[in-house]
Amino acid sequence: MSALLDGLGAAAIAAGALFFLAGTVGLLRFPDPLSRVHALAKADAVGLGLIVLGLLPHAADVATGAKLVAVWALVQLAGTAASQLLASAARRGAASG
Amino acid sequence: MSAGLALDAGIVALLLCAAGAAVAARSAFAGVVGFLAYGLALALAWVRLAAVDVALTEAAVSALTGVLLLGAAVRLRASEAAVAAERPSRGLRLAAALLCSAVAAGLAAVVLAFADPAPSLAPDAARRLPATGLDNPVTAALLSWRAVDTLLEKVVLLAGLLAVWSLAHDRAWGGRPGPPPRATRDGALALLARLLPPIGIVTGVYLVWTAADHPGGAFPGSTLLAAMWVLARMAGAVDAPAVGDPRLRAALVAGPLAFFAVGFAGYAWADGFLAYPAGWAKPLIVAIEIPMTISVAAALALLVAGPPVRAPSR
Amino acid sequence: MSAETLYGLGAALLAAVGLYGFVVSPHPLRRLVGFNVFGSAVFVVFGVVARRGAAAGLVADPIPHAMVITGIVVAFVSTALAVALLLRLHAATGRASLRDDGA
Repeated sequence: MSALLDGLGAAAIAAGALFFLAGTVGLLRFPDPLSRVHALAKADAVGLGLIVLGLLPHAADVATGAKLVAVWALVQLAGTAASQLLASAARRGAASG
Repeated sequence: MSAGLALDAGIVALLLCAAGAAVAARSAFAGVVGFLAYGLALALAWVRLAAVDVALTEAAVSALTGVLLLGAAVRLRASEAAVAAERPSRGLRLAAALLCSAVAAGLAAVVLAFADPAPSLAPDAARRLPATGLDNPVTAALLSWRAVDTLLEKVVLLAGLLAVWSLAHDRAWGGRPGPPPRATRDGALALLARLLPPIGIVTGVYLVWTAADHPGGAFPGSTLLAAMWVLARMAGAVDAPAVGDPRLRAALVAGPLAFFAVGFAGYAWADGFLAYPAGWAKPLIVAIEIPMTISVAAALALLVAGPPVRAPSR
Repeated sequence: MSAETLYGLGAALLAAVGLYGFVVSPHPLRRLVGFNVFGSAVFVVFGVVARRGAAAGLVADPIPHAMVITGIVVAFVSTALAVALLLRLHAATGRASLRDDGA
């Protein structure tokens, strides 16, 4: 049972890493700020969620697992707000340099 | 090469790329963004070096430094082109690169020549830890064995704040830093400024409280509190306090005063400055930490706010 | 090569990068970035020394850690003061340059 959990956890973390890679490729290859923000926000959110999911079976106790989920929720909040701000700044033409 | 070493090599490579981007960027703004990334990667490196308290402090303080530098970069954007013309000649740059390579080589030689077995104070620390009533040796070092350093650092913080305030115009002395608050039109920023500070304040206080036994500390905790205030101010939700406000000044000196009080009392109830009587170490440390957190948070927030620019209202 | 030595050598390179940025950049704000990179690289060397001092059940020597934490906060104070000076210079002269043009 624990070997199955370990395998699933490793698979989830690997999938999360793949999403992060996809997001970074999007950041480097997309032509304009809006699409880059889109790639980063979406891919990183799913990637972090998968990594947290993969780490949950290894959490020492419920409190640690809850902290992991709280970390993901906070990153979601900050990331979403940041991408909104970046997008409105890009639309205003303020993002430069 | 083990997986851990591969991870460390990756982190070092990331650090070098981020530092290179910060230094070689095309504009000051891009350089500061690179510095923000460098600070976060550095926090990862600290965790790998088994220094979790330092990692928390580094992550929090480098984020605050990045905010400070970003604000300055935006304000100085217009004058950047004129300054860029003062770039040193190619010969000078080559000489500087050679100098820096020599520094790197020297440091690398020092690192490779470290004594084996390494000299360490860890056995002494482990032996004296139970007497302090704490479980976290870094907190014990900061607030018990090297408490004088922490006290003097508080004083340096206040001295730096006074120096920043002294840059104000005469007519603005005692007034408020920064422009008057204007509620932001960005709904996302307004939401973040309403949602994040309660969570940040609880987390900051928790970091200070749990530092007795787990990684944490008064410094990352108060930096987090300062950052929450900075966020609320960015959204135009709060105004900076007047620099001459007596309550603000009381909050700023409360920490050092409590520290000095406990320190001088050490002559009375123990054997020296900042010495704790047996069994009383932990309550005294908590008594110091609470006003210290308030003072440090206020000082850090005001350092980001800058010197007063609005004349005080009579 | 142990992990600590790897970080130590990386810190030596980072110190060079930061120092180069500090010496060569004409813009004072970029000099501050270089100064901060250099300072934090030196702190990493402290961290390497601390890690190598792991003994008696502790994962690292706590005294250098306390010194580094103090140093990080003091570096922030210096950066804040430098930024305030730079902004005041810009407000007073209209330029963010440190060069003395006899004015």
